[in-house]
Amino acid sequence: MPATVKVLRRPAPGQTSYLRSALKGMGLTFKHMINPDKVTLQYPEEPLELSPRWRGTHVMEVHADGRPKCVACGLCPTVCPANCIRLVGGEDDMGNRYPIVYEIDEFRCIFCGMCQEVCPVEAIHVGQHFENAEYTRERFVYDLDRLMQQDHPSTLLWDPSDPRSE
Amino acid sequence: MHELSPMAFAISSSIKVFLVFSVSLAVVAFMTLTERKVAGFIQDRLGPNRVGPFGLLQPVADGIKNFLKEETMPATANRPFFIMAPMLAIIPAVVTFAVIPFAAPLPTPWGVVGMVVADIPIGILYVLALSSLGVYGLFLAGWASNNKYALLGGVRSSSQMVSYEVALGLSLIPVFMLAGNVTLTEIVWQQQLLGMWYLFPLSLAFIFFVISAFAETNRLPFDLPEAESELVTGYHTEYSAMKFSMFMIAEFSHILTASALMATLFLGGWSIPFWSGDHMFWYQGMLISGFGADGAPVAAAPALWITLLTLLSFIVKTLFFILVFMWVRWTLPRFRYDQVMHLGWKVMLPIALAYVMIIAATILVLDQVGIEGFLFGAVLTLVSLLCTGIFVFAVDRDRIISGSTREPAPPAPRSPVPSGAGVRRVLPAGSPASGDL
Repeated sequence: MPATVKVLRRPAPGQTSYLRSALKGMGLTFKHMINPDKVTLQYPEEPLELSPRWRGTHVMEVHADGRPKCVACGLCPTVCPANCIRLVGGEDDMGNRYPIVYEIDEFRCIFCGMCQEVCPVEAIHVGQHFENAEYTRERFVYDLDRLMQQDHPSTLLWDPSDPRSE
Repeated sequence: MHELSPMAFAISSSIKVFLVFSVSLAVVAFMTLTERKVAGFIQDRLGPNRVGPFGLLQPVADGIKNFLKEETMPATANRPFFIMAPMLAIIPAVVTFAVIPFAAPLPTPWGVVGMVVADIPIGILYVLALSSLGVYGLFLAGWASNNKYALLGGVRSSSQMVSYEVALGLSLIPVFMLAGNVTLTEIVWQQQLLGMWYLFPLSLAFIFFVISAFAETNRLPFDLPEAESELVTGYHTEYSAMKFSMFMIAEFSHILTASALMATLFLGGWSIPFWSGDHMFWYQGMLISGFGADGAPVAAAPALWITLLTLLSFIVKTLFFILVFMWVRWTLPRFRYDQVMHLGWKVMLPIALAYVMIIAATILVLDQVGIEGFLFGAVLTLVSLLCTGIFVFAVDRDRIISGSTREPAPPAPRSPVPSGAGVRRVLPAGSPASGDL
């Protein structure tokens, strides 16, 4: 969309009045003062509505029996530009690969969402969440159990056929 | 209607001092909340509403916070003056309220008590003297902080105060001429006798008084001494905790006093419009409501409910002006320094002087012709309306505050650039300065 340029006509000298402009401005502010339609969001009581594509802290999807969906393929630590995912994979008796260690350092994470895009089994997701306060820095390294327990909704991936998520 | 005995006077005065002081400080505390609420509402926000119902306990939270914060003391500050400055700022601000009458006299079993802390004969002159003392606190704070921004704020505050003190005084002279006295209780009574607030017969003086009061209280659009965006809050840059709080209390007390003064001088003080039951004045030791047809004073009938009603009237008028102060603050942008000086010296001073002359001549003519009472006020109202109209429609044409519409001055002819510009010039031998030019 091209930027629109609004051309303001400057009044000629001798055509401006400070008092009248000031009164006009005061009328405008008075209208806003008595306007009951305020924009303030009463945050803790009224939760902020996040976009479906908001990328927040991660969620690890689980199978019905409680195992993580992750198959320890190693794609997410490879693609991660911030290098914040630590993955140590293992293999069980049946030959199924599973993560022994899966840690995400949420301080290093830049929330680009590439781990979610690259995951072949739709296991790791970024989520719609922003209330992440903790008392210590160590608590920001989320391990596998913590990631599996996250219960906030995961992020909707960008759909090229619907670029604005409408 | 006997006068109070010395003992009753002392006791009643002590009670009044205590009540007025504590109530005005409480009002000041709640003005900080009102300011933030008004700011919020004007900006389509809600303002503070977390501490207590509707945020009513916010001033308490602020007070506790300010008491618990660290008192910083800049290493290079001038210690005695740095500590003294907040005191010097706050004392004139809180004592000026003493002469403002806030209600009709109250009858008690020990006599009739005037509802003013100190009904001193010099009245408004006391207010002028003390409110201009407040600039010492501001300037000392700026100087003692040993900080360039603070010093600039202090310098600006003193120059602004000095400039607008002149216009403030000149805008009061018509009031004195009309009331014939400087005592605030008598100014209120004279407005009751005239049957109209001085706002109407002295409208231009009222406008000037409001503008000067904004400048004197350092409120926007005259908050150059603070000027957050250019001077990092100016004179109180280096102050923290309760010392900072004292500057805030001083500023808000100034607003309270200025609002009460506007209400008293131009809106009839505590008097209730269109009602003569509250006409009361101490005349030669006697509380009178006016003069009879034969010129004999008529005794007034004070009552508790009249006192309460007039107190309410006073509170409403004062609150109105406090709200106007805040409303203007969140509407108008700050003036440039040259605009402030221009407005003070080149616009308000000559016009206020001319207005004093016009009002004086009108009063003289009306006195000679023998017009009195309501007609007297009506004629003055017409004259003042004419002056205000001229001021608003003729003078306020790009002259009061000139914006960016003015043609820029042609660039000064530049001095010829030497051919070796940019090259370090070689000085002739023996010249005193041999460094870079």
